[in-house]
Formats: sequence, C-alpha cells, structure tokens
Amino acid sequence: MNRVACDVAVVGGGPGGLAAAIGARETGARRVVVIERDGHLGGILQQCIHNGFGLSILEKDLTGPEYAHHYVSEALERGVRCFTNAMAIGLSPDRRITAVSPEAGLITIEARAVVLAMGCRERTRGAVWLPGTRPAGIMTAGAAQRFINIDGYLPGRRIVVLGSGDIGMIMARRLHLEGCIVEAVVEYRGTVGGLTRNLVQCIRDFDIPLYLRHTVTAIRGTRRVTGVDISPVDEGGAPDASRSQTLACDTLLLSVGLIPENELSKQAGVQLDEGTGGPIVNESFHTSVPGVFAAGNVLHVYDLVDDVTRCALAAGTSAARFAADYEATGPSTDAAARIVPGAGVRSVVPQRLSAHLPDTVEFHLRASTEGRRRTLELTGRQRGTVYRRRCPVVRASEMVRATVRGIGASGDDELTFRIGENCGEP
Amino acid sequence: MARYDTEVLVVGAGAVGVAVARELCRFRTRVLVADRLNDVGGDASKSNSAIVHTGFDAEPRTLESETVVHANPLFDRLCRDLEIPFIRCGAILVATTEEEEEALPRIMQRAEQNQVFDVEYLTAQRARRLEPALTSARAGLLVPGESIVDPFLLVVAQAENAAQNGVEFLTSCEIERIERSAQTFVVSSTLGEIRARFVVNAAGLRGDVVSHMVGIEDFTVHPRRGQFHVIDRSAPLGIRHIILPVPTKLTKGTLLTPTVHGNWLIGPTAEEMEDRCAHETTADGMEEIVRGAGRLVPGFDPRHVITQYAGLRAVRTPGGYHLRSFARVPGFIELSGIRSTGITASPVVARRALAMLRAAGLETQPDEDFVATRTGIPAFRDLDDVERAALIERDQRYGRIVCRCETVTEAEIVQAVQRTPGARDMDGVKRRVRAGLGRCQGGFCGSRVPRILSELLGVPLERVTRNGLGSELLAGPTRAPGDSP
Ligand SMILES: Cc1cc2nc3c(=O)[nH]c(=O)nc-3n(C[C@H](O)[C@H](O)[C@H](O)COP(=O)(O)OP(=O)(O)OC[C@H]3O[C@@H](n4cnc5c(N)ncnc54)[C@H](O)[C@@H]3O)c2cc1C
Ligand SMILES: Cc1cc2nc3c(=O)[nH]c(=O)nc-3n(C[C@H](O)[C@H](O)[C@H](O)COP(=O)(O)OP(=O)(O)OC[C@H]3O[C@@H](n4cnc5c(N)ncnc54)[C@H](O)[C@@H]3O)c2cc1C
Repeated sequence: MNRVACDVAVVGGGPGGLAAAIGARETGARRVVVIERDGHLGGILQQCIHNGFGLSILEKDLTGPEYAHHYVSEALERGVRCFTNAMAIGLSPDRRITAVSPEAGLITIEARAVVLAMGCRERTRGAVWLPGTRPAGIMTAGAAQRFINIDGYLPGRRIVVLGSGDIGMIMARRLHLEGCIVEAVVEYRGTVGGLTRNLVQCIRDFDIPLYLRHTVTAIRGTRRVTGVDISPVDEGGAPDASRSQTLACDTLLLSVGLIPENELSKQAGVQLDEGTGGPIVNESFHTSVPGVFAAGNVLHVYDLVDDVTRCALAAGTSAARFAADYEATGPSTDAAARIVPGAGVRSVVPQRLSAHLPDTVEFHLRASTEGRRRTLELTGRQRGTVYRRRCPVVRASEMVRATVRGIGASGDDELTFRIGENCGEP
Repeated sequence: MARYDTEVLVVGAGAVGVAVARELCRFRTRVLVADRLNDVGGDASKSNSAIVHTGFDAEPRTLESETVVHANPLFDRLCRDLEIPFIRCGAILVATTEEEEEALPRIMQRAEQNQVFDVEYLTAQRARRLEPALTSARAGLLVPGESIVDPFLLVVAQAENAAQNGVEFLTSCEIERIERSAQTFVVSSTLGEIRARFVVNAAGLRGDVVSHMVGIEDFTVHPRRGQFHVIDRSAPLGIRHIILPVPTKLTKGTLLTPTVHGNWLIGPTAEEMEDRCAHETTADGMEEIVRGAGRLVPGFDPRHVITQYAGLRAVRTPGGYHLRSFARVPGFIELSGIRSTGITASPVVARRALAMLRAAGLETQPDEDFVATRTGIPAFRDLDDVERAALIERDQRYGRIVCRCETVTEAEIVQAVQRTPGARDMDGVKRRVRAGLGRCQGGFCGSRVPRILSELLGVPLERVTRNGLGSELLAGPTRAPGDSP
C-alpha cells in the first residue's frame, strides 16, 4: 500500500481541480496532489472540441482541450503532483483519501485539506422515467460526445435529442456536421435549457427542427431504437399522447440535466444542498466538514468554465490557508449567517457566511422564474435590503451573479435572495 | 451448419433450464443447453422480484405450492456451493386497513396448510420496531423464510458449474423444429441440427411453441407483464425486509424488496399482454407502482429511482405447474406453467425432471469427477483495503475501476467474458459483475466496457452489442480527417 502525506489533496483533475491546485500552490501550500481517474488531466473539457472557452478569463476563444491544456501546464509548472488513472474511492471525515490505480495500486493520501472537484454526471433515462422498450441506441449526450470526439465512433445515423441543455444542442450540431440526420431536438419546457448562444449557433444556424413543449412518450424498437413517439405537453406539464407522432431514428440522445457527483462527499459526511445537489459551503468554499472544500461542477453546475476556474482558484486558496493554519477558516457549520433562496430563486452558492467575511462576496444563483426586467434582492431579517440590482433578462438556464459589498456588518443570521418583478424604480 | 449430438437437449437456459443442466451434470450424461438469446438467463429469469419464496401464501395442495415449499430450504447450500449472493432477510406482510387486518388469520391459516409454520403475527408496534418506515401498518405477519437472491447470478453460477462439469451451452440458438426418428429427436435450430435422445422443454414463455413441435397442443402460454422501478441504495429508506401488501382477489399488489446488492425494487404490475416481446415500460405502470409503494411506506420518495425494467410471466392456460412426460412422445419432458415462482422452484423442478428422465430410460452413472462448487468472480467492491491491495498486486487490472457507481474493475469484466458460458455483450457483463447497473446507468462505463469487449472478443467496436446481433451500440467510425462533409 502506498502512503502519501500532503497539504492539499484535490479529487478530480478537471478545470475545477486544476485551478484549485494552482490556487493552493500560489497561496503557499507545499505539497499539492491531484487525483484523477482518467488517463489524462482536463476533465470533461477533453471531449469538448468546440470553441468558446476562456472568453472571459483568458480573453481568448479556445477549444476545450486548449483551455484545459493551459491549466494543466500551469499546474505542472507549479509542481503539483498528479496521479492519473487513479480513482478516489474513499474519503473519511479526517481527510484520508483512498484511491486505486493500476500502476500505484492502493494509495492512501493523508491531507491537511481536501478539495472536492469531481465534476458532475448526466441524468439518465431511468431518472426521467422514459417509457418504452430498452433497445441499444439510447445514450446521454455526453457519452455520445465522448464516443465521437475521443473514440472516433458515431453513436448512430439518425438522431433525436431529448432535452436542450448545452451538451444536447452542441451534440445536435456535431452529429449534423458528421453527416448524420438530426430529426429533432425535443424540449419539455417552452425555452431551451442551454445558453442562448448555443440555440443560435447550434440549432438555428443549421435548421435543426426544435420541438418546444414536447416530450418523448415512447421508445420503439427491440434490439436497436427504430423510432420515438413525441407528444406535446399541456399547460399543466402532462404529455398528450393522443397527439403524438412517431419520428423514425436509430438513436435517442438524452440531455436532461446534470447531477453533481457527490458520492465521496457523502462518505465523508459533507452536508448537501437539495437545491444545487452539491455541498453546502461558505464564502471560502468550505463545506460542513472541517478542511474539506469544494470547487467546480461538484458544487453546482456552472454555465461557463471561466467561472469554474475563478471560483476554484479561490477554493484552492482557502484550502491552502486551512492547511497552513487549521483554524484559519471555519467550516460552513460554524456559519454566522445562512443564505436562503426565496421567491424566484432555486438555489444559491454560497449558502453560508462565516463570521470573518471579506469585503465583497460573489453569489451565484439559479432562478426558478424567467422573464425580462426583474429585480434581484438580498434582504436580511433585521436589516432589510442589503443588495438590489436590476436584471434585464432572467432565464432558468443562465446563472445569475451578485457581487455584494459589505454584508459583513449586517448582523443578520439569515438573508434571503429573491427575484421579483421590477419594483418601483423607473 | 454445424451438427450436434447429445443425450439430453435442454431447450431454454433460464432458471429452470440451467437447474436441470446442473442436476444432470453430476452424471456421465451428455447434455446440451440451447437458448435463442445471446446469453443464458435472458428472459423471465433476469427480470423478476428476486425473491426466494417460502410458499406461505401459495394455493395449498398444488404442485406449485409443494415445489416452492420444498425448494426454499435448498437455497442455503446451493448458494454457498456456487457463491451466489443470497440473504435470508424475511418478509413483513403489512395490513394498513381494517379490512386487510381481518384477512390476516386467513393468510396465517393458509401458511399452515402449506407447512410453513414459522409465520408470526405482528402488532403495529412490533412491525414498526422491525421497520420504522412502516408508519401506516395496523398489523402484519412476519415470514422469516422469505429470502432474496441475485437471480441472474443464480442462473450464471449454475451454468458455469454445469459447463465446468461438461455441459455444453449454445446461445443464439433457437429451436425451430423437432422431429422424431426411431430413438432420437432430430432438432432443427438456427445453429444447425441437434440430435438428442431426450428433450427437456424449459422454454418458459415459449413453452407452448416448443411442445407444439412434438404435437402437444393442449395448452397455450401468454405473457403477464410486471414492471419495476429500481431504487438507489443511497435512498434514505432503510428497509431490510421484503414488504408485502395483503393480496386482493385481483392482484398480489406492489411489493418493496431490498436486493442482495443493497438497492431496492418496487413492483411489479400485472398486465395481460399478447406480444411475447412486450418488455416495454409504460408511464401508467411506473406511476401505479409508485402509488403502491406509497401505500406500504407512507412518504415514499420516488426521486431515488435509477431505472425501470419489465419482466413477462409465462401464464399457462390451463394454469398451474405442469411437469409432464408423454406416452406418445417418449423422451420428451415438459416443464411448463412456471409462472411467478420459478426462481424459487427451479431446484426442485430440476429434481423432478431428472426423475422423469430416468423413468423414460436415461442412464445416470455418477460422474467421479463431478465438482460441486464454483467460485464467484471476486468483487473488488466487497473487499477490504488489504485484500484490494493484494488483488491489484496480483493483477493490475484490479486497479482500474471501470464502473464508478458499483466499483467494478477491469479484471472482473475480463473474467466475466472469459468464463464459460461467458459474457458476449454489454448486458452479459452488466448482469455478471454489475458494471452499468448503478445510479449513473452506464453513463461512465458505457464507453469503457465496449472497448474491453471489443478487445477480448476480437471484434471491431461497432460490432459490440447490447444483447446480441442487431443491438449494436455504435454505427461505425466517424469520417476520417480530411473527408469532405
Ligand atoms: C458538452 C459540454 C460543453 C460545454 N461547453 C462549454 C462552453 O462552450 N464554454 C464553457 O465555458 N463551458 C462549457 N462547458 C462546461 C465546462 O466543461 C465545465 O464547466 C467544466 O468542465 C467543469 O469543471 P470541473 O473540473 O468541475 O468538472 P469536470 O471537467 O467534469 O472534471 C471533473 C474531473 O474529476 C474526475 N473525477 C471525478 N470523480 C473522481 C474520483 N472519484 N476520483 C478521481 N477523479 C475523479 C473526472 O474524471 C474529471 O476529470 C461544457 C461542458 C460540457 C459537458
Ligand atoms: C414480474 C415477475 C416477477 C417474478 N418474481 C419472482 C420471484 O420473486 N420469485 C420467484 O421465484 N419467481 C419470480 N418470478 C417467476 C420467475 O421469474 C420465473 O418463473 C422463472 O424465471 C422461469 O424460469 P424459466 O427458466 O422457466 O423461464 P425463462 O427464464 O423465461 O427461460 C426460458 C428460456 O427459454 C428460451 N427459449 C424459449 N424458446 C426457445 C426456443 N425455441 N429455442 C431456444 N430457446 C428458447 C428463452 O430465450 C429463455 O431464455 C417472477 C416473474 C416475473 C415476470
């Protein structure tokens, strides 16, 4: 058995993990270790060969692998020690990680601080209760992306995509460019689930049929998919199978949501937030377990990798501080205040604020409403409104940011974010 | 086309067929098992409630009740010898209304008629002490002997053990015609001609089709579908017993059962079908079982569902177990009507088949070299760290985790493929070592297992299937770089 002791151990070598490792080194942690189960660093970005990465943080338009490469090089230059082909399978509350790899065997890593950066996984057919037969030819959009971009194989030739998340829309375009027929992108809601730029650049620009307020009500075919039935959904969200039509296809790709990957977090006893599916953290990305931090999609699903990198650098910094001085930043359970999602808000990160707040705190929210000209407000029980800003457009699929100054002094133990109609102001 | 010669041909490699094969492999008898699917255990025996029944609630004095009652005690030894996961978890039958409570004495009485004497009354309090989630229970019965098994490994382990003792397995081999000439059956199959002195019909849902081939036409079989949800082991259910509703005249109702792998199942529905391939799940069916589960366990939260499946019970008309031989077709044995209890009954059904074969003239010389045990594939998931380290030391492939949810390593998948009868497709791997059965449902390993299969089977990636020819996973390579669109 291999034993490794370190200051900061990062689980996951995607952009979140890499930035956390870099942040930790820059803050002075000496021994920083990254554990990555894949053969290569870079996480999901390795298979995202389209461009559009890094526009805000690097001011360059890069492909996923290029963006990843930038941070892999930085991490290696800074002397971060990386175990690849190593899967972390255990994490204890006292920050002992068990990992396995074919080369190094069973590895035990004792870390003064841990950063969780395991990313997220895709929701599957079973989770959305798709009725019908169970033939070959049904896979998640991300799995198809891996087959095409990494393995060089097409999942099928005639495609229906269920769900219009970013990966779904990007894959619709990719398959179209590979010469496949994309019969339809089918979306349950009235608007696409992903970014507007992907709607334009992936669907509209290629005249791919988009069925809004529709869903798949049956899968056909016994060995391989031969078609799917799609039906409109009524106001109440119930599909009307009497108005269904059958689309012939050999493949159904699912882009029906992402779930933060928190199996290890649960093992360590980290408290999770039902709204985000990720750990509850404070402004230092500290979870409820002392010395365990979280960064990237494991925390909540980000839209843009640039934000992942930015937040993960901060998480790495906090982890290094904790490693240097165990008391530097208390876990989220020692919080001075809770941040709760109110009307119009599905989730917010961070969910807790510590007693030693910095001057500004950046919050990331998911809205539960959509529309134009809304107002975002943060109010405390005692002090009333602490922050207010107008949002020209709010979409459930696009993260809302709020940079709030000086809440430290508010003295409130509970603050609520709300998104409402434009109130008052001209 | 090939030609095969054997003494006994078993048609169907479900729970019943492999149990017969394993029974026969103790003797120096040539046995061949043929199944139309790409793997053993590919039909009803893979999609059921996975319960080893006691027979407490069976119709008394029937062949079925007698078989089930006698089969249950055989499982401890069988599962120990063949390393099949098996847990004597017990069942609680819960009454949630006054009417249901009044039905309990009748059920108790029936258990006694079936010689199941260890059933106990439970008060609401005791039921809740055993299972705190049963908050709506007014009373209940505890049935200690009800148990759970991995039904697929039950089939695979017996098949492997039979193969080890000389039984031959032909998969993707559909029996299409049976003729009799002199002392032998001449059987046409999709893989060629098979000559056999004895034929055992263990074709389940297609048992009538096979019996018709030898002119026995006094019964039909149709499917009764049962849909299930699988609940993730991370769900905060905590239930350790099989939870049964009080059956009504119409249906046995939705049950909730733990699996030997730590998940739970809820189901099944009971829908009369015509199509023998009607394995689809339906929106109505899925809702029905969630409602049913909610009646047993108030506040049941369906968000932890990871997947669904449906199995087809072979409903025979006229009903009941029929384990028969025929004066006009000597050497032909029919095992039919094994509808809802065949996982449990299979070892006893196999004994009966052996007796009938002997009566029909099969010679049974004990085989000196018979090996009664089979070792399972060591599951990395179930080991402690010292054992894990030792395995990786021995075989590096134990250090490569291919399925993240179920912690399945490459070494386990390789063994699943290399054994006989081995996995030939994704479903075969999944059922033998659980890769792809966890909460991400193959999202991660779905792209890794095909590579391993492709390499071990020596076929290109686009020929790797989900469950046999026609179920290829991929269409083919993408265009080579430089090809014009
Ligand atoms: C198809 C697609 C298109 C996208 N397009 C864009 C875009 O155009 N622009 C943009 O800005 N963003 C885009 N994104 C988002 C961006 O890729 C993510 O925000 C980013 O990759 C998240 O980084 P992460 O490190 O949190 O997670 P990941 O990249 O998923 O990395 C997590 C890593 O952890 C590893 N891991 C997990 N569990 C373990 C374990 N137990 N042991 C060891 N290792 C483990 C994984 O192997 C993985 O390498 C896209 C994402 C996808 C999927
Ligand atoms: C929803 C449901 C729940 C159940 N729950 C339980 C339970 O909890 N406990 C229990 O004990 N039992 C249960 N059962 C019953 C049990 O699953 C069956 O009784 C048992 O699997 C029957 O085994 P078998 O070998 O007869 O049939 P099968 O497993 O169906 O095997 C028959 C085989 O014959 C093959 N075959 C058919 N025709 C041909 C042909 N012409 N040529 C070659 N091969 C052919 C088929 O491919 C198939 O593999 C349940 C069943 C269902 C459907």
